[in-house]
Amino acid sequence: MVGVQSIPSPAITADERSHEVDHPSSHVAQFGSEQPLRLDCGVDLSPFQIAYQTYGELNADRSNAILICHALTGDQHVANVHPVTGKPGWWETLVGPGRPLDPNEYFIICSNVIGGCMGSTGPASINPATGKVWGLDFPVITIPDMVRAQAMLIDRLGIDTLFAVVGGSMGGMQVLQWTAAYPSRVFSALAIACSTRHSAQNIAFHELGRQAVMADPDWHHGGYADRGIHPHRGLAVARMAAHITYLSDAALHRKFGRRMQDRELPTFSFDADFQVESYLRYQGSSFVERFDANSYLYLTRAMDYFDIAADHGGVLAKAFAGIQTRFCVVSFTSDWLFPTSESRALVHALNASSARVSFAEIETDRGHDAFLLDVPEFLDISRAFLQSAGKARGLTANNA
Amino acid sequence: MSVQEALPLGGLATGQPGDFRADHVLVANMVKPGSKVLDVGCGEGDLLQLLETRGVDGRGIELSREGVNRCVAKGLAVVQGDADTDLVNYPDDAFDYVILSQTLQATRQPKVVLENLLRIGRRAIVSFPNFGFWKMRLQLLIGGHMPRTENLPASWYDTANIHFCTIKDFVELCDAIDVKMERAEALDLYGRPLRLRMPWWVWNLFGEQGVFLLTRGGRT
Repeated sequence: MVGVQSIPSPAITADERSHEVDHPSSHVAQFGSEQPLRLDCGVDLSPFQIAYQTYGELNADRSNAILICHALTGDQHVANVHPVTGKPGWWETLVGPGRPLDPNEYFIICSNVIGGCMGSTGPASINPATGKVWGLDFPVITIPDMVRAQAMLIDRLGIDTLFAVVGGSMGGMQVLQWTAAYPSRVFSALAIACSTRHSAQNIAFHELGRQAVMADPDWHHGGYADRGIHPHRGLAVARMAAHITYLSDAALHRKFGRRMQDRELPTFSFDADFQVESYLRYQGSSFVERFDANSYLYLTRAMDYFDIAADHGGVLAKAFAGIQTRFCVVSFTSDWLFPTSESRALVHALNASSARVSFAEIETDRGHDAFLLDVPEFLDISRAFLQSAGKARGLTANNA
Repeated sequence: MSVQEALPLGGLATGQPGDFRADHVLVANMVKPGSKVLDVGCGEGDLLQLLETRGVDGRGIELSREGVNRCVAKGLAVVQGDADTDLVNYPDDAFDYVILSQTLQATRQPKVVLENLLRIGRRAIVSFPNFGFWKMRLQLLIGGHMPRTENLPASWYDTANIHFCTIKDFVELCDAIDVKMERAEALDLYGRPLRLRMPWWVWNLFGEQGVFLLTRGGRT
C-alpha cells in the first residue's frame, strides 16, 4: 500500500482559539446598538467589537498616530508576542524601537479587521441574537466596511487626523480605501505590495482556497463550530496554495530546490519526500491553529470585491481628486500576486490627481512576502518617507 | 536611464554651498519660488533638493530604481517612470514648470517629449549637451570619430544618449512646434554662463550645454 501522510491535526483546540475570538488578550472597543456599523451589503452590524493593540504614546496635539492595517491572515499583534502561537509580532521588521515605525516616536495602532477572528466581530464570534457562533449567518463584508469600522475606532481614541496609515497587501488596500474615503484624516499613506482592485488571477486563487475549505467534510456548511470541530484540512490546503502565491519560484528554489526531507532516496509514496512539501504542510498546519475557516472565506471575499475605481465611475483618479495626503507606493520585482504594473497604475492615477506621490520598486526575489521580511532597501524607504512626512507634519523625535 | 548614467557632469562642481551643479543652479534660478515643479529624469534628486530649499513643491520621475530609491530616502516625491511613455499619464497644466535636465538626448522621441512637457507644465526648462560645441566638431572633423568628452565619456556603441542635437537644432525644433523661448543660456566647458549678447553661432560653437526656459507659443 502506498504510504500517505495527511496534514496533522492542530495542536491547539477550537476552544482555545475561540477564546481569543470573543475575549482577546488585547484592547477591545465595544460599539453598542447606538453605534451600528453600516455595511456595504445593506446590513447594520450591531453590536460589534474591534480588538486592537497600541504601542507608544499619543502626543499632546494628537498628531503622531499611525494606523497599521494588517494583511489577509494577519491580526492586531503586529509587534508583540502572539497570544496563540507564541511567535513574535508579524511586522517586527518594521515596527519597534529603532525600527522605521518606532513607538518612541509614534503612537502606533493596529486593529483586527472586522470579519477577522482575533477579537473583532466576525463569523467566528457569538451572534448575540442567537447565542450561537455567527458562521455563514454573518453578513458579507468589504474592505470599505473594515475601514469604516477602523474609523469608528480612531474616533473612539479621540484622533482626528492620522499621521500615517500603513499596510501591505490587503492592508495596502485598506490604506488606499482610507485615503479615498477619509482624505482629510490621513496625512500620509504608505501602501505596499497592493492594488486598487483585486485581479482576476487573484480572485481565482481565492476561489481555490474557499473551495478547499468548503470541500472539507468537517466544514458542515459553515456550521462546524456548533459541532466542536474545525475544517482544518481544507483550511490548511487553502493556506498552502495561498502561500505559494506569496513566494516566488526563485525564492522557493533558493530555499528548497529539489532537496529531500530526512532521506536520500524517494519513498515511492505520497509522503513529504521533498523539503518544499513538508514546508508547505507545516505552513498549512500552523496556520489553522490561529485562524478560523469561515473568517478566511469572508476576508478573501472582501479582497475580491475591492475595486476603488468602480466606486468612482470607473475613473481611478476621481477617487483621489484634490487629495492632500502624501503617498508612498512600494512594490517588489518578484511579487506576482500584486505586480509592479498594478502599483504603477495607482501612481498614474495619483499623479493625475496631482497628489504628492513617491513610488519605488524594490528588487528582490522574495516575492509578495518581501514586505514582511527584513529587506533593508524597503525599510530604509519606509523610514525616510515617514521622517520627511513627519517633518512636514511638525513632528519631532520622542514627541519632544 | 538615470541622468548620472547618461551624463556624468562631475566636472561642473561649483563650490557653492551644498556643491550644487552649475547647470542646476542656473535652472533653479529660472523657477519662481513657491511654484509646483516636475523634474523629469531627476536622477538622485539633487536639483529637487536645491529647489526645495527655495520653497518649491517638487516632484520627480526617474527611470533607474537606484535613483528613485535614493530620492525617496531623501524624502522627495519621486516615482519610477519613463519620460517617453509616462508623461502621457499626466493631465494638462498639472505643473508650473516641467524640467528636463540633461535627459532630452536620451529620450526616444524628443519632439513628443518636448510637446508633453509644455502640455503638463505652463513652462518648461530644458538643458542638454550641445553637439555643436567646438570640441565635438573638432573630434569629428579632425579625429574622424564620434565625439567623446569628459561629460559624455561613453563610446557610440554603449551610450544611452541616442538623440544628440546642437543648440541650433534645438532652436529650430522649438520654432517648428511653436514653442516660445523666454530665456536661453549657454554654459561653457566650466559651467560658466556665456555672455548674453553673443550671437547664436557663438553659443552654438562655444556653449558646452544649453539651458532654455520655454513657454507655449501663440499659434493655435
